[in-house]
Amino acid sequence: MKLLVTVKRVIDYNVQIRVKADGSGVEKDNVKMSMNPPDENAVEEALRIKESGKADEIIVLSIGGDKTQETIRTALAMGADRGIHIKTDNELEPLAISKIISKIAEEEKPSIILMGKQAIDDDSNQTGQMTSALLNWPQATFASKIEIEDKSATVTREIDEGLERIKVNIPFVASCDLRLNEPRYASLPNIMKAKKKPIDIKDANSLGIDIGSRIEQLKVEEPPVRQKGIMVNDVSELVQKLKHEAKVI
Amino acid sequence: MSILVLAEHNNIDIKSSTLNTISAASQIEQEIDVLVTGFQCEELAKKIAKCEKVSKVIFVDNEKLKNPIAENIEPIVLSVAEKYSHIMAPATTFGKNIFPRIAVKLDLAQISDVIKIISNDTFMRPIYAGNAIATVKSNDKTKIITIRPTSFDPVETSGGSDVVESLEFETQNNSVEFIDREESQSERPELSTARVVISGGRGLQSAENFKLLNEIADKLNAAVGASRAAVDAGYVSNDYQVGQTGKVVVPDLYIAVGISGAIQHLAGMKESKVIVAINKDEEAPIFNVADYGLNADLFEALPQLSSELDKLNTIQQ
Repeated sequence: MKLLVTVKRVIDYNVQIRVKADGSGVEKDNVKMSMNPPDENAVEEALRIKESGKADEIIVLSIGGDKTQETIRTALAMGADRGIHIKTDNELEPLAISKIISKIAEEEKPSIILMGKQAIDDDSNQTGQMTSALLNWPQATFASKIEIEDKSATVTREIDEGLERIKVNIPFVASCDLRLNEPRYASLPNIMKAKKKPIDIKDANSLGIDIGSRIEQLKVEEPPVRQKGIMVNDVSELVQKLKHEAKVI
Repeated sequence: MSILVLAEHNNIDIKSSTLNTISAASQIEQEIDVLVTGFQCEELAKKIAKCEKVSKVIFVDNEKLKNPIAENIEPIVLSVAEKYSHIMAPATTFGKNIFPRIAVKLDLAQISDVIKIISNDTFMRPIYAGNAIATVKSNDKTKIITIRPTSFDPVETSGGSDVVESLEFETQNNSVEFIDREESQSERPELSTARVVISGGRGLQSAENFKLLNEIADKLNAAVGASRAAVDAGYVSNDYQVGQTGKVVVPDLYIAVGISGAIQHLAGMKESKVIVAINKDEEAPIFNVADYGLNADLFEALPQLSSELDKLNTIQQ
């Protein structure tokens, strides 16, 4: 069984992002970049499935500029077998990304596609569901537990009301939640080994897919800043303020 | 043209997120149809048809729709999609799960988590955990949109057209099967719509200690929430989580207890009207967004807060 994992290079989750003064976007120069956190969970889950003997190859796919290869190398250092880099300098929308992933899936024929449930930059939460629909494979979104059986999998999903379990036939698309597992760190020997693992590079424009953008970003601005309030000395002062000043209790 | 809203419900009651979405739709267009897909929920369909701003309910009743499996709902929406200029759902796990499928099958982009409607094709949405707000314009002929419920006031549950139209639809999908749901049972108000929320973080140190929050929640008629750290540590279940990958809440009063205030948590609560932070670390970033900060040990502060609230209640009686 083959597994396809998709990873995205994003601004590191610890970085306080800065909006560009001209409103054209977010400052990305000289900012620390990392693998999108739930994508790390997707890589980790693929590794665990392989280690359990249920899969024999893990392919990691990423789409973006030249530096995207660093993110692919991170996944290879964690233990994935080979990489595919679809090169583009444009910021593609989830619609275009899902078309590319589907195209690669048709070529590679994985049994499971594992993806992060959402990218922490644009927060769209769309690509997994779109990929599932394009391939006509079932989807298991927001997965916090994946149990692989013979021809199907039982997936526990995190929903607003609590947890839901569904059974999906293989092949399927899983979008991974942060609580699915605890991603491992790559060891130094594995980082060295990863440098020799193959990455296949293709130009996004060579795939014969419409990847044009449909959404115009007119402006990006800072959210309204919240004024820092006051410090109270004790609980009784707090309760008095809430009662008589804020009038919320 | 008119707008289609996909209703979120549990076959008995309409979810408030649907009322918020109808309200958002009414800022664009006055002709609003609501699609209700479920099982043995005709009464519910009638209730939704009575809601303010609703022109008509399209009702599909089928055993396979008892639980909201995305693959089963998607073809129903697609079958009626061409009549509408906008197709909208709440940006809850229900809407997020289904809508991208509809967008891609129509070869359209989706605009997720809209917080403000500028015009019929231009919308505002948060990106980077709400640390930036993007204004985006869709050039697609039909707009596929999910709405952040807390950003729009709900419509009233009366004043609608009272028109329900049945639609027969055979569901073909056999690749997904619903097994079960484990829903948290609570007598307290629902987290995403509560007027007061009290949340705990890693500082609570154990599941047992969340009782301290529950006690105060009961006195304030509040919902209880949590930071991701507290959920990851197993103190409470995932449905308590407030933040970028959890729920967004906008209560009148948000009390953060033992929560340091990572940007991912702030993304879910910083629009609250009044924020209180109780933390023993005076450097905790949560104090930067708090209207009232209390630098104290929560294990001393919470029992005091509980008795102060009792005093207030006694005075009022």
